[in-house]
Amino acid sequence: MSWFKRIKEGITTSTKEKKETPEGLWYKCPSCKSIVASSDHEESKYVCPNCGFHERIGSEEYFAILFDNNQFKEFNENITSGDPLDFVDTKKYKDRLRDTMSKTHLKDAIRTAHGQVYGHDLVIACMDFEFIGGSMGSVMGEKIARAIDYCLQHKLPLMIISKSGGARMMEAAFSLMQMAKTSAKLTQMSEAKLPYISLLTDPTTGGVTASFAMLGDLNIAEPGALIGFAGPRVVKETIGKDLPKGFQTAEFVLEHGFLDKIIDRRNLKDSLAKLLVMLKS
Amino acid sequence: MPNYLDFEKPIEELYEQLEKTKQIGVKGKIDVTKLLAEIEDKIEVVKKQLYSNLTPWQRVQLSRHPDRPYSLNYINAITDNTFMELHGDRTVKDDKAMIGGFGMVDSMSVMFIGQQKGHNTKSRQYRNFGMPNPEGYRKALRLMKLAEKFNKPVVTFIDTPGAYPGLEAEERGQGEAIARNLYEMSILKVPVICIIIGEGASGGALGIGIGDKVYMLENTWYSVISPESCSSILWRNWDNKEKAANALKLTADDMLKQKLIDGIINEPPGGAHSNPEEIYQSVKKVIVTELGALQKVNASDRVKNRIDKFSAMGVVQEG
Ligand SMILES: [Zn+2]
Repeated sequence: MSWFKRIKEGITTSTKEKKETPEGLWYKCPSCKSIVASSDHEESKYVCPNCGFHERIGSEEYFAILFDNNQFKEFNENITSGDPLDFVDTKKYKDRLRDTMSKTHLKDAIRTAHGQVYGHDLVIACMDFEFIGGSMGSVMGEKIARAIDYCLQHKLPLMIISKSGGARMMEAAFSLMQMAKTSAKLTQMSEAKLPYISLLTDPTTGGVTASFAMLGDLNIAEPGALIGFAGPRVVKETIGKDLPKGFQTAEFVLEHGFLDKIIDRRNLKDSLAKLLVMLKS
Repeated sequence: MPNYLDFEKPIEELYEQLEKTKQIGVKGKIDVTKLLAEIEDKIEVVKKQLYSNLTPWQRVQLSRHPDRPYSLNYINAITDNTFMELHGDRTVKDDKAMIGGFGMVDSMSVMFIGQQKGHNTKSRQYRNFGMPNPEGYRKALRLMKLAEKFNKPVVTFIDTPGAYPGLEAEERGQGEAIARNLYEMSILKVPVICIIIGEGASGGALGIGIGDKVYMLENTWYSVISPESCSSILWRNWDNKEKAANALKLTADDMLKQKLIDGIINEPPGGAHSNPEEIYQSVKKVIVTELGALQKVNASDRVKNRIDKFSAMGVVQEG
């Protein structure tokens, strides 16, 4: 399957919308077209039981999958973008934010929380792709920075679940500097010898890849996830020919030495708990 | 023949007029001294007016001017040609889009690193238009670590339309290479000064851009995306590049106002290329002054200040 197809499949509809439609009792896998009951699909962590296709999910689902009893303390829930540039393109950034907030019931593209994974404390920062493509602006940088401060204060490990198209253009250089900010903050995690696990999910590209997503003590990805710096379309335009099969998939990135492991979402919580035990000092 | 940009047309015409008048004077054996002086005065007035009211897009154009000095021009001038270029990332190859090495600034040994563009078709290709591959960023990091080992300060010159978005760049981990530099530069124990001398495009620029002091030359730009690409993504065409240049607030003035850089280095009227010697001296002065001040701070404080500075960047609303 080419990556072009894969991207299209991933963005057909969000899991939330599916649940709300009357036909939402059933899930049709965009990859193998097999049909399963939505409850079974959810049960299998939104992974197709037939072919293993990983549907895109957001922070709500990841927290439910990973945190014991879906219990967690969320941080800074109400931080929103300050629109420092008063940015206007075809639409005011302020309006875009307001519309996205009411559509998604999210405040920005990341949520941070402290919970337990089989009894092991963990702080998770998880992105939501449905909020302006999971793009990184000041809110994402600030929430990650504060989550790191919390980890430092309470001596806790951190996991960041990336799912992002990259920079948030409407915050221009502020967005760019979040790469510097998050990377600089991660040096403090290392200094304190606190584990940082990066989970790269579909898609992880641009400024997120070129900062914290690639800086994990462990870099882990979900199967088939698109992972890269430049987007596939840009690379294709640059080289002027079709991209090789499997280019920029998690499997490709692992083969080239930039991932420690690919973990099926259905085994994620178990594997994560094992790793946390092994990293504990 | 100097290269003129579209908005420099009035100046180009005046220079043409000046040439013609000179020729008339020679051919017709007429005294044109007074006329020439008038035109020259007019040129100065027009120049002053033109360059003191540049739009963001015009500055972007100036930042890419084909006659503009590039990293090696600055380094050779500032080090009085003592620069010893060092090559290779010790892993894959030597990236010609990223240069580096030691040079003497007065009596002080400094590690210089920068993206390098070419001045003609052949050298532009050789330098890959100033777009480094991962090995370029890894070479830069290797040299920074070398400087750290021998306690030498680092000065980087930023001038890139972006990190190269090629197939092999992806295979060799362009994202990881840039990320690693952001991380390592944050904790580099020696003073680091970064100067944007032309284009500061996105992660490709930031990959050598984490400094105790970050300066921009007056007619440069620094942002997350070029105005053209921003236009094509947000407006779905290339025609809104001027609008995008305004919206992105990417000029040195904007960046200083946003507290995302530490200072601006003024250029001579007409841009850096109109008087290279002057801009080399201005840049050297900033380097000498800032390094002097930074060396008075102990290394761990310097690192802490650097991390704190970047950690403070961003604007959010507490809900
Ligand atoms: Zn399937």
